[in-house]
Amino acid sequence: MPETVKLRFGEAVNAALRRAMETWPEALLYGEDVAKPGGVFGVTRRLRNDFGERVFDTPISESAIIGSAVGAAMMGRRPIVEIMWIDFTLVGIDQVINQAANVRYVSNGALSAPLTIRTQQGATPGSCAQHSQSLEALFAHVPGLRVCLPSTPQDAYDLLLSAVACDDPTLVIEARGLYAGEREEVVIGGPIAPVGGSRHRQHGSDLTMVTWGATARTAAQAAQALAAEGISTDLIETVWLNPFDTDAVLSSVERTGRLLVVHEANVTGGFGAEVIARVAESGVALRAAPGRLGLPDLRVPAAPHLSAAVLPTADRITDAARRIVAGTPVFCR
Amino acid sequence: MTSHQPAEIGDLAAMQRIRSFEEKTRELSLARQIIGSVHLSIGQEAIPVGACAVLQPQDAVFATYRGHGWALARGVPLAPSFAELLGRSTGLNGGRGGSPYFSAPQYGFFGENSIVGAGAPIAVGAALAARYDGSGRVAVVSFGDGATNQGAMHEAMNFAAAFSLPVVFVCENNTYSELTPIAEMVGEPELWRRAAGYGMPGSRIDGNSVTTVRDAMAAAVDRARAGEGPSFIEAMTERLVGHYIGDVEHYRPAGEVASAWQREPIGRLERELVAQGVTEAVCRAAVQQAADEVERAVAEALAAPLASAEDVKEHLYA
Ligand SMILES: Cc1ncc(C[n+]2csc(CCOP(=O)(O)OP(=O)(O)O)c2C)c(N)n1
Repeated sequence: MPETVKLRFGEAVNAALRRAMETWPEALLYGEDVAKPGGVFGVTRRLRNDFGERVFDTPISESAIIGSAVGAAMMGRRPIVEIMWIDFTLVGIDQVINQAANVRYVSNGALSAPLTIRTQQGATPGSCAQHSQSLEALFAHVPGLRVCLPSTPQDAYDLLLSAVACDDPTLVIEARGLYAGEREEVVIGGPIAPVGGSRHRQHGSDLTMVTWGATARTAAQAAQALAAEGISTDLIETVWLNPFDTDAVLSSVERTGRLLVVHEANVTGGFGAEVIARVAESGVALRAAPGRLGLPDLRVPAAPHLSAAVLPTADRITDAARRIVAGTPVFCR
Repeated sequence: MTSHQPAEIGDLAAMQRIRSFEEKTRELSLARQIIGSVHLSIGQEAIPVGACAVLQPQDAVFATYRGHGWALARGVPLAPSFAELLGRSTGLNGGRGGSPYFSAPQYGFFGENSIVGAGAPIAVGAALAARYDGSGRVAVVSFGDGATNQGAMHEAMNFAAAFSLPVVFVCENNTYSELTPIAEMVGEPELWRRAAGYGMPGSRIDGNSVTTVRDAMAAAVDRARAGEGPSFIEAMTERLVGHYIGDVEHYRPAGEVASAWQREPIGRLERELVAQGVTEAVCRAAVQQAADEVERAVAEALAAPLASAEDVKEHLYA
């Protein structure tokens, strides 16, 4: 029976993991420090107590964590593994890209690897260059791999369950800066949605803003600030990058004629480029050049005032939106 | 101070310099003057101090994110180190690196790294370069017990052994990999035994004795310089503080940290020196001098302006 509870983002992840472990006896949950210590962000607390050996700590061996999940998944388990920071997926990336994403296709559908990789990304003040990267575009580039980025407690719950239920390898990218955020109402125990879809966060007519992950909340703040000055924003959070809800973006852009994509990842080769390409290919007539705002192509500097000088803030987003509405192109590099 | 003081007085001061630097760092971090992740090596100072004592200027040191001690033991000055933590214009790396990426190549310190195990292959490359540049350089890489479970470590050790490269692999075994005991994460808790499988000498030593570390390092460095290849040293130690600042250490058994304080390297060396006839006053003076130096350095760092955001895009490309 669905019920409504108040949960922080991190608690919602915990609730989803609990439900996944209850729903799928074949589910396994493992990663560095996830079991006895309950996770470095406290997200996996108490699950070891309640699910015993199905929840365990691993060596600091990302390649073996992900690779073993591929193998176990091929044998009928449903592993959910945590890679503490998305930067560390790079240490095990062969297992993600060459292995997990390939299993179904090259076996002509005879095999599958239904595993879920949970990780988190996004720059927080003072986090260092190897702990601040936004790498969603890298993974969304790979056919065979599902990718989503929740930014609310409800989505943290819902998307994770969709990911575990899905028979494809799925990457769930959480936002570290949100784990300990405010408690919000979350419906738990409801139906598990199939992967895909987007969220229409705000309706507006002047400009379509598309965003996901760590910048979704900043974009919402910016949309409010814009409303105060008479610019009405249609805000779409594309929580899934694969599958991507192209239709939601197109139908919005058809109405507004203007597009701004906001993400925290570096601009060049970022997923924002893909969104703009899809709109361009669709032939929708735009009233102004589309824009993308992200981190200028940089390593993230450690000093908080230096990173604050380059990351997309609400001010930078409103500024970019104003420019688009005024017909001045946005170049963020 | 007299001329016939034992060399260990210098070790005592060097360890205290690191200890005071890190205690000050913790204070600044708790006061929110330093923002971001900081990993302290309080309790592990004997390893960098003993190790760096036998190195020459051309040698290359690579550390983990817990590497303040290695930087300082290499001779990196205190004030720019603090300035880096504080995001000042005078910082070692202009505020771009922060605590986990101190680097100062002019001191033979080629950087910390916050990807566990990633330094080992890089150190192998520094050793490889020595083969061509005739510098006689030895590369030293430090890593934790947990890092030995990374694929990159295995590849690096085999590569170095296969080509007899001048590398010293220094495992700082503080028994925890972040929040998890290493003993639960390996089939063979005596990590030094792995060395044999690669064909290099391995040893497990008391990493809280600066003298023991120095002797073991001297043997490994001599061997490397003589072209006889890499060595693996497992230095046993204990972390007296959390993995990060703010870590409440709920995963550590009660009393473990308190008992570790009885074995920590600075007090231990003082007791040894006193037993050898050095007066307590001499020991205290060395410790105090190091602590004073730290106070002066932090004041200097705090007086410098914040790093300018104007040039934040510089240094990406040649
Ligand atoms: C590839 C990678 N995986 C995980 C982490 C997260 N992490 C940071 S420190 C640490 C523990 C390292 O333990 P150990 O190597 O024993 O060094 P210690 O912290 O004890 O000095 C972990 C898992 C990381 N930084 N890099």
